[in-house]
Amino acid sequence: MSDELSKPFPKSAMTENERYELGRETRIQVVSFAFMIMLTIISFISVATETIPSGFVVPFILLLGTVQFALQLFYFMHLKDKDHGWPNAFFATGIVVTIPALIALILLLGETKW
Amino acid sequence: MATATATANKKKSVVWDWLTTVDHKKLAILYLVAGTLFFVKAGLMALFIRIQLMVPENDFMTGQVFNELITMHGTIMLFLAVTPLIFGFMNFVIPLQIGARDVAFPFINALGFWIFFFGGLLLSMSWFFGGAPDAGWTAYVPLSTREYAGSGMDFYALGLQVSGFGTLISAINFIVTIINMRAPGMTMMRMPLFCWTGLVASILIVFAFTPLAAGLALLMLDRLFMGQFFTPDMGGNSILWAHIFWIFGHPEVYILVLPAFGIISEVVPAFSHKRLFGYTAMVFATIVIAFLSFMVWVHHMFTIGIGPITNSVFALATMTIAVPTGIKIFNWLFTMWGGKLVFNTAMLCAASFVPTFVLGGITGVMLSMAPVDYLYHDTYFVVAHFHYIIIGGIVFGLLAGLYYWYPKMFGHKLNETLGKIMFWLLYIGFHLTFFIQHILGLIGMPRRVYTYLGGQGWDTMNLVSSVGAFVMGAAIVVLVLNIVYSAFKSERITVSDPWNARTLEWATHTPIPEYNFAQTPQVRSLDPWFYEKVHGEGKMQPAEPLQDIHMPNGSILPFLMSLGLFIWGFGMIMINMDNPIVPPGVVIAIGFIMTFGTMVLHSKEDHGYHIPLEEVKKIEKEVG
Amino acid sequence: MSDHVDVSNGLPANPEKSTIEGKNKFLGMWVFLGGETIMFATFFGTFLGLREGTAGGPTPDELFSLPLVFLMTMFLLTSSLTSVLGIISMKKNNFKAMRMYFLVTVLLGLGFFGCEVYEFWHYNHVGLGYSVSAFASSFYTLVGLHGAHVLFGLGWITTLLVRYWGKGITLANAPKFYSASLYWHFIDVVWVFIFTVVYLLTLGGA
Ligand code: HEM
Ligand SMILES: [Cu+2]
Repeated sequence: MSDELSKPFPKSAMTENERYELGRETRIQVVSFAFMIMLTIISFISVATETIPSGFVVPFILLLGTVQFALQLFYFMHLKDKDHGWPNAFFATGIVVTIPALIALILLLGETKW
Repeated sequence: MATATATANKKKSVVWDWLTTVDHKKLAILYLVAGTLFFVKAGLMALFIRIQLMVPENDFMTGQVFNELITMHGTIMLFLAVTPLIFGFMNFVIPLQIGARDVAFPFINALGFWIFFFGGLLLSMSWFFGGAPDAGWTAYVPLSTREYAGSGMDFYALGLQVSGFGTLISAINFIVTIINMRAPGMTMMRMPLFCWTGLVASILIVFAFTPLAAGLALLMLDRLFMGQFFTPDMGGNSILWAHIFWIFGHPEVYILVLPAFGIISEVVPAFSHKRLFGYTAMVFATIVIAFLSFMVWVHHMFTIGIGPITNSVFALATMTIAVPTGIKIFNWLFTMWGGKLVFNTAMLCAASFVPTFVLGGITGVMLSMAPVDYLYHDTYFVVAHFHYIIIGGIVFGLLAGLYYWYPKMFGHKLNETLGKIMFWLLYIGFHLTFFIQHILGLIGMPRRVYTYLGGQGWDTMNLVSSVGAFVMGAAIVVLVLNIVYSAFKSERITVSDPWNARTLEWATHTPIPEYNFAQTPQVRSLDPWFYEKVHGEGKMQPAEPLQDIHMPNGSILPFLMSLGLFIWGFGMIMINMDNPIVPPGVVIAIGFIMTFGTMVLHSKEDHGYHIPLEEVKKIEKEVG
Repeated sequence: MSDHVDVSNGLPANPEKSTIEGKNKFLGMWVFLGGETIMFATFFGTFLGLREGTAGGPTPDELFSLPLVFLMTMFLLTSSLTSVLGIISMKKNNFKAMRMYFLVTVLLGLGFFGCEVYEFWHYNHVGLGYSVSAFASSFYTLVGLHGAHVLFGLGWITTLLVRYWGKGITLANAPKFYSASLYWHFIDVVWVFIFTVVYLLTLGGA
C-alpha cells in the first residue's frame, strides 16, 4: 500500500555502473564549482582593479556572467542530463520572452526616440 | 451531482464536501459557478454604463462612479469572469480528454481555485471601503499612483496580485497534467485541440502573469511604501508601467482566446461529423500565435511616442499574427465544408464565432498600422474592436462549450428552443451594440468619457448601442432561465455519448464516476473514441487490468491557505486606511501565519486512499 | 501506480523521479522557475531603466562595497555546491550525509542573508532610504525580492530537515528535497546576475 512511500530504504539499488557514474558526476560538479569561483574572482578583479578599459570590462563581465549562468543551469541544475527536454524547453522559453522585455525596459524608457 | 456516486462510502456534509474537494470535476463546477457570478456582476455594470451613455448629458451617475464602473467591468470580466470560466472547462475536460484519473496536483488545483476566488473577493471589497478602483483596467500611472487614486487602487493591486497567483499555480498544474498524465498511446500529436490550446494558454499564463505580478508589486510599493518608480521628479518613469502592463496585457488576450479557439475546434468537428481539417497546422498555428503574442505589446503604446523604428517593428510583428490566425479560420471553414452539419445551439455559437472573429481580426489589423492608430487610439473604435474579439470570440466560444459539454457535466442537455432564442438575442444584440461603435469611434467619440454633448451626430448611435446592450442582457436572462428549466424538465442522459462525438471524454460513463476511467484507456489514434467506434469494438481498449484505484484525499487546507492570503492582502490595504480599527501589522501577521502555517501543515504526508476493486465493479455496474 | 513499492529492493538510483508524483513535482518546479525568470527580468529591467535616477540622493559609486558583495557571492555559490552534494548523497541513500550537506546549505544561506540585512541597514544609515530616489526603490526591490526568495528557501529547507530529521530517504520526501535544491540553485543563478549587473556593471562604468 501507499504507506510504503514513507518508508526509508535499507540499501541503495544502484548498480556498480551507476555508482561509478555518480562518482564521476561528483567530480565534475566540484570542478565546475571551482570554475565558477574562478569566473567570479576574475570578474570582481576586473572591475575592482580598473586595469581593464571600461569600454571592454562591461561586455567582458557580462560574458563571464553568462558562462556562469550556463554552468549553473547545465551542471548544478542538471539541464545537460537526459530526461530534461521539457525543463530545457521551459527555461529556454523563459529566456526568449525575457530578452525583448529587458531590451525594451533598458532602451525604450528614456527621452531618446528609437 | 454528476460525481456523487463514488463518494457515497464516506459521509460528508455537502458544504464540507465542496469546500474540501480536490476532484477536478467538482472544482470545474466551482469555477463555472464563481465565473458566472462575476460575469453577471460585471455585465450589470456594463448595462449601467450603457444607461449613462444612452442620451447626451445624462446625469444617471457621476463621472467618478462611471470611472469605477468601467474599471471594475473590464477588470472583473478579464480576470475574474472569463479566466475562471475557461479554467472550469479546462478542469473538467482536459483530464478526461487525455485519459487521466485526475490532474497532476489535485491539491494545487483546489488551492488555485480558492486563491483566485478570495483574490476576487478582495477586489470586490473595495466598494465598501471608499470606492472601487477608478484608473481603468490598465491602471496607467500616474492616474493610479498614490498621488491621484484613492484606496480603490490598493484593492486593485492586492486583489489582482492574490488572484493572479491562484491563476499562475493552476496553469502550472494544467501544464504538468497535460505533459505527464496522458494515457498510454496519447502522444502529443494525438491530443485534442482543446488540450493543445489549454497547454499553450497555460504556458502563456506562466510567462505573462509573472511580469504582471512584478508590475502590481511595483504599483503596490508605490502606493503603500512610497516607491519612486513612476515619479519623474525622483528619477522614476511613467512609461515603465505601460511597458510592464502590456508585456503582460497582450499575451493575456491570447490566454483568453486560445482556449476558446480550442473549444471551437472541438465543437465544429463534432457537429460537422468530420475530423478537424488540418490538425497539425492548427497545432503549429497555436504555437506561433503564442510566440508572437510576446513580441507585439508596443502596439498598445503607439501614441506614447516611443519612436518611429520601434513603432514600425511592432506594427509589422502585429500584422504577422494575422497569418496563423487566418490558417485557423480556413481550417474551421474546411472542417465544415462538405460535412453533415447539425445546427444546434452549440454549433450555432461555434459557427457564428468564425465571421464575428474575422471582423474583430480585421479591425485588429487596421489598428496595427501605427500612423492611423493615432486616429483610432482611445476612441470607441478600439472598444468595438476588442469586444468583437472578446464577445464574438471568447463568449461565443464559451457558450458553445457550455451547450456541448453540459450533458457530460450535469447529466442532461440544455433546452434547444431556449438555447436558440438565447443565441439569436445575443447575436443580434451584440452586433447592435458594438458594430455601431466602430462608426462612433471613427467620427471621433473618445472612449472612457462619462458623458457627451448632443448634436455631434452621436446621439442615435449611442441609443442604438444601449438598446443592443439590453438585448444582450435579455439573452443572458434566457440562458439562466434555460439552466433552471433544464435542471427540472430536461430528459436525463444515461448514454455516454449523446452527440456521437469523437474525443475521449465521451467514452466515460454519464454520470462520470469519481475515478473517471475504471481502467486507463489505450489510445490508438487521433480522435480515439471515434476510432474505436469505427474500427474497434465500440469501446476503449484498457491499458491496465481492473484493480484497486488510488485517489487523493480532500483537504480543507487550500481554503484556509487562501483565506490567509486574503487576510494578508486586506492587512496590506489597511496600511493606507485613515483609521483602521485594528493595527494593519496585526492583520498582516495573522494572514501571513495562516498562509505559511497551513503550508507547513501540508507537509504532513497524505497518500490518499484506495477504492477497492469490489467497489469499482459495483459503481461500474450502476452507471454502465 | 505508485503504490507497490518494495522497500527491500533498495532505493532506486533516481528516487526523486521514480514515482509519478515525483515526476510531476520535478516538472512543475521547472515550469515555475521558467516563469520566475521573466518575473526577475522585469525587476532587472526596472532597475536598469531607473538606476540613473538618483535624484540627488546617494549614488551607487558612493555606496557599493565590493568586498561585502564578494563575500555574499561566496556564501551563496558554496551553498549551491553543498546542495548539489546533498542530492548526490540522497541518490546514494546516504541520509546522514544528505542531512549534513543541507544543514550546511542552510547555514551558508543564513550567512548570506545576514550580510544582506547588514548591507541594507548600512545603506539606509548613510542616507539611501527606500523612497529617496527611483534608483533606491528599484535597487531595494530587486535585491530585496531576491533576499525574500533566499528567506523562503531557507524556511523550506529547514522545514524539510525538521520534518524528516530521523526519517531517512523515502520515495515521498526525495522529490521534495530535490525540488528545494532546484529552487536553491535558481536563487543562486539570479544572484549571478545581480552581482554582475547591479554591482559590477554599475561600478564598472556602464
Ligand atoms: C454584456 C456585454 C458587454 C457590454 C454591453 C460591454 C460594454 C462595455 C462598455 C460600455 C465599456 C466601456 C467603454 C469605455 O467607455 O471605454 C466596456 C469596456 C471594457 N469591456 Fe466590456 N462589455 C461587455 C462585455 C465584456 C466582456 C465579456 C469582456 C471581457 C471578457 C469585456 C471587457 C471589457 C474591457 C477590458 C473593457 C475596457 C475597460 C477599460 O476601459 O478599462 N466586456 N465594455
Ligand atoms: Cu495587444
